[in-house]
Amino acid sequence: MTDVVQLWTYLASSPLFGLTATVTTYVLAHALHERLGRAPWSNPVMLSVIVLGTLLLATGTPYPVYFAGAQFVHVLLGPAVVALGWPLWQRRAELRRRALPLAAGALVGGGVASGVAVGAGWALGLPTPILLSLAPKSVTAPVAVGIAERLSGVPALAAAFTLLTGIVGASSAKYLLDGMGVRDWAVRGFALGTASHGIGAARALSVHPDAGAYAAVGLGLQVLFASFLIPMVAALFR
Amino acid sequence: MQALRGLAVLLLLQAAGEGITRALGLPFPGPVVGLLLLLPALNLPALRAPVAAAANLLLSHLSLLFVPVGVGVIVHLKVLSEYAGRLALVIAISTWAGIAATAWVTQALMRRAQAAEGGRPEAPRNHGDADGAGTP
Repeated sequence: MTDVVQLWTYLASSPLFGLTATVTTYVLAHALHERLGRAPWSNPVMLSVIVLGTLLLATGTPYPVYFAGAQFVHVLLGPAVVALGWPLWQRRAELRRRALPLAAGALVGGGVASGVAVGAGWALGLPTPILLSLAPKSVTAPVAVGIAERLSGVPALAAAFTLLTGIVGASSAKYLLDGMGVRDWAVRGFALGTASHGIGAARALSVHPDAGAYAAVGLGLQVLFASFLIPMVAALFR
Repeated sequence: MQALRGLAVLLLLQAAGEGITRALGLPFPGPVVGLLLLLPALNLPALRAPVAAAANLLLSHLSLLFVPVGVGVIVHLKVLSEYAGRLALVIAISTWAGIAATAWVTQALMRRAQAAEGGRPEAPRNHGDADGAGTP
């Protein structure tokens, strides 16, 4: 029995644990997602986070110990974001022609997402540091964290809100867009990337290449607009 | 090998992006600047096949790459559970409002632009499958 405990202690503290747990859980979550006909509500990021989060809490494993292994997956996020340029480049002529509708959609959509979050949060009596951390929630996590910092919000909370926003969008946008009668893959993907950044883009990519490419455009435009406009608008309220 | 070469290109562009944002004090993350650098870089035909191979590999499982950061939510469970109901409501409503507003504005302007071009409809390539299970 003590051997088993010792083995677990050893495995759980080596980087191998976080890496193995992440990849294995994701593979299982993805298989379940496929099995359920890729239903949006069975989002593999959400399932993996729930399973791994529960595992860490149940075994009392601190997050940094997990991340020591999981970082080997995490570092690939950088080149993956650069790689989003590939589907954009393939559609460069079409995107240039649609620059105006896309820029307008990104401005209005991003503004509405941020404004409704802060406005509704304020109406519900959430404390100011939380409101400031909610403002950049539609922007990809590393940028959202930077914006929250400049607004004197709580950067770590901003990261959590961003993640939850991504999961909400990826797991429910289909029903909303179906209800609105939006059928163009480009518009569907663009809306998802604008409001739900990378996690939305990952969902869009898994569904249709056009949706994925436009989601990447939406994500990119949010980064450009939000990092300038959110701090400017926040300054008006000081 | 093609994909590995492409990964090297992507990593180099990310590093260049990180360097530029630091040097100029830009409020953008390095990888996003790397994405912008990739677009002109692809004018070099030699880069296209390797970048395509690496991009297809990385983007086909983009979801996996968000899991390690996502698990970090457990660190903030205390604050999140304190305001759980209100936060869930605020995040859901604002995300749906953002998706609806983006789709509405973009679709309306695209249709207007198309009508202005002389009503020449673009090739229909955008209809959901029968039950719509595959739409995002």
